[in-house]
Amino acid sequence: MHELSIAYDLVEIADEAARKAGAARVRTVHLRLGAMAGVVADALRFSFSIAAGGTLVAGAELVIEPVAVQVCCDVCAQPRVLEAPFVFRCPVCKQPVFTLIQGREIQIESIEIEESEAESQAESEEKLDETTPS
Amino acid sequence: MKPRLLELRQAVLDKNDQLAHALRRQFKAAGVLAVNLVSSPGAGKTALLEETLRRMQARGWRVAALVGDLATENDARRLARSGAPVRQIETGALCHLEADLVARRLEGWQLDDFDFLFIENVGNLVCPSDYDLGEAARAVLLAVTEGEDKPRKYPPLFHSADLVLLTKLDLAAAVEFDRNAALASIQAVAPHATIFETSARTGAGIDDWINYLAARRRDLNRDV
Repeated sequence: MHELSIAYDLVEIADEAARKAGAARVRTVHLRLGAMAGVVADALRFSFSIAAGGTLVAGAELVIEPVAVQVCCDVCAQPRVLEAPFVFRCPVCKQPVFTLIQGREIQIESIEIEESEAESQAESEEKLDETTPS
Repeated sequence: MKPRLLELRQAVLDKNDQLAHALRRQFKAAGVLAVNLVSSPGAGKTALLEETLRRMQARGWRVAALVGDLATENDARRLARSGAPVRQIETGALCHLEADLVARRLEGWQLDDFDFLFIENVGNLVCPSDYDLGEAARAVLLAVTEGEDKPRKYPPLFHSADLVLLTKLDLAAAVEFDRNAALASIQAVAPHATIFETSARTGAGIDDWINYLAARRRDLNRDV
């Protein structure tokens, strides 16, 4: 269950970026998740909602864009998409493939933030002070 | 309150990756080949490492090990019997090692004093795959007592392996291990991986793996 560790890192990045931008809260987090990242999307969503507690990310929606596994076949000299279960052979010429182009990403693409009004800003900071021990 | 989109385009494990890159540079500068050992629990990481440390020291190599475990220091104690410097990383609830745990546990050690550093990860075939520890080589173990198709079931981890070690070869006959099926399964997800067939008990294949590591270390020094 490393999804929780990943969720905490994800929330930290989003929270920091939102804070720097002077946002009141994060509405949406967009994540690209590779099919070979070894991360279960549902487990990550569940962990995300827990990790977000007490931050500007609390209550935000996690939108996960799946990224297919793409390899380069040296024989065909073509990029090829692999389907699960993953076998690292070219789906066309059946030769082993050694170059992974994409599919391991765990990448935060963007966040949608709500610009702060003085009042909501103060409120969310107060909430943070209560829940962040150090 | 108007919504606004902030582009970030950042790897979520960026912090770990940065630390791992820093470690990799340190290892290289010190001439240390760092090896990350990963497998399911009970695949024989500690037994393999015990025998490896013993033989490498007998050959005059300076070796050290970090051992990750959720709880207990049993593995560290076993490895310390080899006489090599060994430190335990107790991870508590964490199911994998991260670069900062490794960096912190290395404090006080002079990397220049070592030729090889082995990092025994927490027994787990899922979580360690995403965490770079700065290693030069990632070795994934597959015991003959596990299913031959395990690599196909855990492609992210096996694909991330530079080498795969079949372990407990001495038990192969007893468990009717299908060698060809296991090799095919490894090659299906990790066609790039070098494969060693080993037994810590009989010593089979251990010298081959040590020779491979020694060669990798020579390469490390060459392309500084």
